[in-house]
Order: sequence, then C-alpha cells, then structure tokens
Amino acid sequence: MAPVVLQMSCVAGLLGGAGLAIFLSRARSATAIVYSLTLAVSLLAFFGSIRSLLGGDISDLTLPIGLPWLGAHFRTDALASFFLVVVNLGGASASLYGLGYGQHEPAPHRVLPFLPAFLAGMNLVVLADDAFSYLLCWEFMSLASWALVMAHHREPGNAKAGYVYLVMASFGTLALLLAFGLLAGPAGDYGFAAIRSAQHTPYAATLVLILMLLGAGSKAGLVPLHVWLPLAHPAAPSHVSALMSGVMTKVAIYGFIRVIFDLLGQPTWWAGVVVLILGGITAVMGILYAMMETDLKRLLAYSTIENIGVIFASLGLALAFQANGLKLAAALAFTAALFHVLNHSLFKSLLFFGAGAVLTATGERDMEKLGGLIHRMPQTSFAVLVGCVAISALPPFNGFVSEWLMFQAVLQSPELPQWALKIAVPAVGALLALAAALAAACFVKAYGVTFLGRSRGTAAETAHEVDRYSLVAMFILAALCLLAGILPGLVIDALSPITTAILGGRMPIQANEPWLSIVPIAESRSSYNGLLVMVFITISASLAVFFIHRFASHALRRAPAWGCGFSDSTPAAQYSAGSFAQPIRRVFGTMLFHARDHVEMPAPGDTRPARLRIELHDLVWEGMYAPIAGAVGYSADWLNRLQFLTIRQYLSLVFATLVTLLLVLAIWS
Amino acid sequence: MVVISDIIVQGVQMLLVLLLAPLLTGFVRKIKARLVRRQGASMFQPYRDLLRLLRKEVVLADNASWLFRVTPYVTFAAIWVAAALVPTFATGLPFNWTADLIAIVALLGSARFFLALAGMDVGTSFGGIGSSREVMIAALAEPAMLLIVFCMALVAGSTQLSTVANFLASSYVGLRVSLGMALIALIMVALAENARIPVDNPATHLELTMVHEAMVLEYSGRHLAMIEFGTFLKLLLYISLIACVFLPWKIALFGTGPLAYAIGAGAYIVKLAVAGFLLALFETATAKMRVFRIPQFLGAALMLGLLGTLLLFVSRSF
Repeated sequence: MAPVVLQMSCVAGLLGGAGLAIFLSRARSATAIVYSLTLAVSLLAFFGSIRSLLGGDISDLTLPIGLPWLGAHFRTDALASFFLVVVNLGGASASLYGLGYGQHEPAPHRVLPFLPAFLAGMNLVVLADDAFSYLLCWEFMSLASWALVMAHHREPGNAKAGYVYLVMASFGTLALLLAFGLLAGPAGDYGFAAIRSAQHTPYAATLVLILMLLGAGSKAGLVPLHVWLPLAHPAAPSHVSALMSGVMTKVAIYGFIRVIFDLLGQPTWWAGVVVLILGGITAVMGILYAMMETDLKRLLAYSTIENIGVIFASLGLALAFQANGLKLAAALAFTAALFHVLNHSLFKSLLFFGAGAVLTATGERDMEKLGGLIHRMPQTSFAVLVGCVAISALPPFNGFVSEWLMFQAVLQSPELPQWALKIAVPAVGALLALAAALAAACFVKAYGVTFLGRSRGTAAETAHEVDRYSLVAMFILAALCLLAGILPGLVIDALSPITTAILGGRMPIQANEPWLSIVPIAESRSSYNGLLVMVFITISASLAVFFIHRFASHALRRAPAWGCGFSDSTPAAQYSAGSFAQPIRRVFGTMLFHARDHVEMPAPGDTRPARLRIELHDLVWEGMYAPIAGAVGYSADWLNRLQFLTIRQYLSLVFATLVTLLLVLAIWS
Repeated sequence: MVVISDIIVQGVQMLLVLLLAPLLTGFVRKIKARLVRRQGASMFQPYRDLLRLLRKEVVLADNASWLFRVTPYVTFAAIWVAAALVPTFATGLPFNWTADLIAIVALLGSARFFLALAGMDVGTSFGGIGSSREVMIAALAEPAMLLIVFCMALVAGSTQLSTVANFLASSYVGLRVSLGMALIALIMVALAENARIPVDNPATHLELTMVHEAMVLEYSGRHLAMIEFGTFLKLLLYISLIACVFLPWKIALFGTGPLAYAIGAGAYIVKLAVAGFLLALFETATAKMRVFRIPQFLGAALMLGLLGTLLLFVSRSF
C-alpha cells in the first residue's frame, strides 16, 4: 500500500472513531473503546510514516472531493512523513495516557468525539497538497481543538480562553488564505505542485512571508501573537493540552516550512533576519512569562512559546544560510530546527502528562498549593524530572542536542556576507543562550515548588500515585527523551532526506562516525557524544558511590531540618514560586513587565500580618490587544445606531452606496 | 598499545585533577590568610576537611527525598567528567572529542540544576533563597559564556578545546584585542560561577547575602564532602580552562612522549599556582557586592564578549 493511502486510511479510521464516539459517548466503556481505537490507529500511522521517512517514498493521492475543477490532493514526502511521525507519536502517547486519565473526565461526551477528529485534522493538514484542502483541514483542526478547549466551559476563564482562541484562529486563517491567494497568483492554480513551479515576484514573496508569519506564527505562538496560547492550551484536558502544545504548534511550523522553504523557492537574506530576530525575542519573552507564572499548566504553555521561538530562530538561520548558498550550514540549522520539533513534542507531552497526573491526584494546578509530591507520587515525579532536565537543555538528554546543533549553526555565521546578519546572529545566539539558562531556572522552579519541599495544602498531602496507563505513557516518553539524547546520530541521519529535498544539501552521514558521536561539520571543529557523556557520568558517579560506601561512614540520622537553627514552623513559610522568581523578576521584569513589589507593613503594635503584593503587567496584552478590543467595541457600539433607522434612511443609504460604488468604478477605469 | 597508553594518559589526567583540586583551594585560602597577615591553616587542610566529613554521620532532614541523597553524587560526577574533558597538561587526549566547550558548560549546568533542586528539597527558606539566586546568576553568566566561546571559536575555528589549545599554542597568534576582552569576560564569568568574591563569598556562613553556601546548607557528612569536592574541582576546571586557552605555554601536544608530558604537568602546576595567587590577591583587594549589582557585573562580561566577537567580524586580525 502506498504510504499516502495508508495515512488516509488511518485518517478515515480516526474520523470513524469520532463518529463512533458520538454514539457511544454516554456509555461507560466509551473512554476505553475510543482511546484504544485512536491508540491503535495512531501507532499504525506512526510506523507507516517512519517507514516512508526512512524509505524516502513520495506518493500522492487525488480524491474527487473539494473544488470540482481541482479535487483534493494529498501527498507524503520526506517533510510530511517527519511531521506525521511527530503527530502520530503524540497522538499515540496521548491516547495511551487518555486510557487512564480519561476515566476521571467529568464530561467524556465533550471530549471523546473531538479528540479523534482533532488527530485526524492534524494528520490531514500535513498530508494536504493543495491550498484549498490545506485551509479546510487547518480550519477543521482549529475547530476540533476549540471544541476541546471548551470541554470544561463552565470553569472560570475557559469561556474567555475559547473566545480569544477563536478570534486568533480566524485571524490566522485569514492571513493564510491571503498568503495562498498570493501564491496561486491571478491564474488561481491552487495545487502545491503548480505553486512550487511558478515564479513569485519579490513583492509577492515579501507579502507571503509576512502573512505566513502572521498565520502560522499565530497558531504556533510567536510573540506578540501568542496571547491565546497560554489561555487555551491549559484550559483543555491535560492530554489535549499535550497535543495542542506538543503537536499542533508543530503542525503550524510545518505550514511555515512548507510555504517558505518549499513552495516559495529561493529565499532572500533579510527574510532570515526577520525570522531569526522574531524567534530570539519569542524565546526570551516566552520563558520570562513562564518564570512569572504560578499555574503549572500555564507555565508549560508559556514554555512552549519559548521552544517555538528556538525553532523559529533556527529556521531563520537556515533561511539566511540558504539565501547565501551555504548548503551545509543551512542543512545544519534546519536539522537543528527539526530535531527540536521532535524533542519538544516529546518532553512537552511528557510534562503536560505530569501536570495532568498532578491535577488528577490533587485537583490543583496552582503550584503555590502543591509541594512534596515526590514522596506521594514517586513514579510520576521521576518521569517529570526527566522531562524537566530534557527541556532545560542539559546533557545527556535530547533537548541539549538540538540546542547544541543550533549553537553550532550560529557559529557558522562568520561565513555570511551581509553585515546585518553578521551582527544579528551572535546577538540572537546570546538571546537563545539566555533563554536556555532561564528555561533551566524556570524548571527548577516548576519542579522544586511542585514536587519538592513540604506540602503546602491538604490536597498535596493526601495525593496518591496515578494509574498505570498514565505512568506507562510518561515513562515511554521519558525513555525516548533519553534515547534521542544519547543516539542523536540516528535522528540526524533520519532527517537528512528532508534537508536534501528542501535545501539541496545535507549534514555529513553520522552513522559512519566512530563511537556514535555527532559531527556537524568536521571533527576538528566540533563533536559531541551523548552516549559517552552518559557512560562517563554513570561510571564516575558509580565510582564515587563505591568509594564512599567502601571507605566513608555509613551512619545516617534523620532529624528536623537545620535551617541555621531556625526551623520554619509552617510550610507556608518555605520558598514559593513567586519568591523563587523574585531575583529574575527584579532583573528582567522591572522593564519588561513593569513588575513592582508592594509591601504593606502594618504599624508597630498592629497585629495584622504584613502583606506582599506583586504587580505585573502583560504589556503585549495591554499595549496591543486591549486597545484593539476597545476600538472594536467602541465602533460596534457606534454602528449599532444603524439598526434603528427608518425605512427612508435605509433607502437613502442604499442609494448613496450604489452611487458611490458606481463613481468609484467610473474613476478607477 | 596506543589505545592503552591513551587511556592511561586520560586516566592520569582524571586522577590529577582529583588530587590537585583540594590543594588549589587550600593554596588560595593560605595565600588569602597570609595577605591579611594571618597564619592560616595548612595548604592541606581541605584534604583533612574532606576526610573528616567522610568519617562523620549524615544528618538528614526529616522530609528529604531520594533526590536530596542522589544529588551529591550526580553533581560530583558531572563536574568531574567536565573537568576531565578540559586539557590540563596535554592536548588531544583520547576522549577530548566527546564534548566540546559548549557541552562542558552544559555539564556544569546539569550539576547546578540538581544542586538547585536539592536546595528546594528540604523546604527551608535558606535553601530556596540560595537556589533562586544561583539560577539567576547562572541565567546571566551563560549568555556571556556563550559569547566567549564564540570569540574563541572565531579565532581558532573550533569549539573543541583541544583544537583551540593546539591552535593557540602552536601557531603565532600574537596579542589580540578581542581575545583580551574574552579573557576578561571569562575571568568575570569564572568568578561568578565559582561563587567567589565579588559575586559570592565562599568563606561566609549564616548571612543573608550568601548564595552557594545557603543552597547546600542542609548537607552534612559524606554528602557535604562530595559537594565540597565538586566545588574544588569546579575552581580547578575554570583555571585549567583559562590556562589552556589563553596561556597554552608548554602544554604537551598529543603524542609527544613522556618527557613533554612531564614538562607539561610541571608547567600546569606553575600555572595553577600563579592563578591561585592572583585569585587570592584579587579577593583580598575587593569587597563583595550586593546581590542586585551582580546583573551589572555579568552584563559587563556579556558586553565584553559581544564586543570581542564583533571586533572579530570587523577584522580577523583584531
């Protein structure tokens, strides 16, 4: 069976599952049936797409639906196959997790029909090979995910999240619609093959880049189009949050890559500058927002924005190198971006699963009410620790490898001829290093406050370990994080057909390197061996443990915490998420968030407690979205008068419009 | 046979850093004491401290988790591996290509990540304050470090420490403005990363201004010994790094035989002594700064790194 037929059958299976779920959804066993079905179908699609990625098959399929003169085109090539791997790996792990997590769902009939539809929509976007199908599938994906965001619509804040998401998704689709309109040109051939072979004027290419940054960027979460993301992603059930953050943002990146790298042809160098700087700013702003956050799921959503920034920065580098004909460097930056796409889908899904496990066990998302969960949920906390280390870009896990590849690409910048790029690339490199270091700080905070320390409330004290399905899903993802970290050469080699097809260049074959190390350019320049680093750490830690246990004292006594002789009486006195973020809030937030600490100190003799109030402003929301929303509201109020006119006034309005339009026509010609 | 001798040289290097690290810290402490006209403890006191800690019992806080007990070994191992990958007396050691400078910095980041988590584990305010300030300093030091790596990589065409050292040792590089800036920036970052004055004071206890010591306050016995040993190793690592990149004088090139290795080792010990003396002199002459002055200090390091990099773009000969 051709790969595209297999994938489309899987999509049909998922859509069938969605239909089945509508009938079943009130039945008790619905959860188990639907998630088992999506798990099986996703796994099938996952292995199918791995095969077509490694086999390098390109296959297409035209269905007689959609526009009558066009039909619906679907195609799998190397790029699509890779993103299908990411989508279906996320889908399979979310389904496995859902088998356990879904049992606690208060309203399964609001989740079960939409989840398979959402998975099908994401698969279809990646498979689509003409602009019409692409936009249709994109909207289908958006609406299915919107329905999932609104699953718990009675919870405070969720209705607003759904509304903002809908507005931003419509805006994004509008931008995509215009972009494809420009790409298709006046002749209006919407097939991707025709768009690819057509010549695009520089003017049109510029507009398409801007529109794609608006359209795909708003779905992926580029600053300042990110505002819906931290509202909508956490509002959905946790496995859906994992899919939205880990996978749907990647589908948006797929759209960006498909249009800018594949359809548009040879890029201009300043496109690289724009994407690079946007990516760098997004990375730093995203992680700073995350640092200020105390809600666990919102923190993860903001961290998604950071990772999207990292991916866009790498893509910008790839554009800059490609524009100057530096194929090897472009392949390196592009591989780093794709590797990070895979990595982020792994560890962000894992972390959202962990947040879901915490939510199931305690009913809390607010970190300030958690703490000490490492004692109550040992397995979950271990898996989440792996995710935190991986997302903080620390060796020997996978997050480090993609960041390392990206820094290696940054180091190629002296070869670029343009001055703007020569200066922008090291500066963005420093921004990305800042983002990586802040990510480590942010996840020390997230893990330390949620899982370590003393319990800050009864919910955290009485928590229990979650079910086996959830744990297995988390441990599989954790193992994949480690595997991709210690065997990065395999991933890089698997990605090389994509860079060959899109950029016309590739990184050196890594399988030939001794000891499974990775060498981006040449061994004298740089090399890294995750496996050996891990082996060395294991050996030296074991040596240390051996010597300590052989020669040192074994005595161990449990006692109250020392704390310089003053033990804090209540768990509320320990360091909280807000206090942990204070130094960074003060260094970066004073300017970027207008952060202020207000201390209300009662007068001497007054027995009221002193209070600390933190003032934070989201300048993007207040400076950009609030004025727009205000203007829309104001003009809507004003236009409202038109509803209460007499018939004479309406007739004169119609007459005036007609005359104006005719005049315009007359003058135009 | 070649492989075996390679591994022996690598093993000697790993043991050498382990043996020298406490001595270096003891030497710095001794010089600092002499500079303020105190007698000071013996240079070998850190070894005795480690042995004493190893013999003592561990007093573990009631709610300390497994992470708290594992962290000393993880951080020690990560720092030791990082230290073993920095060329000390010879370049081109067999495992130098395992990780380049970026990976070495990230390994130190792993160690810090776990230490900061351990600081949060017991749930005291001291641990939290130490962890939160440590990660703030790290967040500022890492971008500066990356720009320094940039600067070196632009000069030497590699991020591989062995290659950088080989390049700077063998060919005539001469005085470069950009390398000078990178050196100053690297010294500033090294001071911050090692919790030395003016960023942090390694000798204080029980002050609200301390960072590193607050984070590890709850540790005792053999756990504390491992953490202290890690701290000693980290200081040695940064001095080795500065020495191998900016002062590759007499460093033995790969495969030049036992005599060259012996000369290299002797030169290395001289370099350590000079660097230790300068560190002690600097620490005695300056005062610790307020916590919220540190961003300006590290910001200056960042700017120096960026300036050095941009100068190299203007002309490769700066």
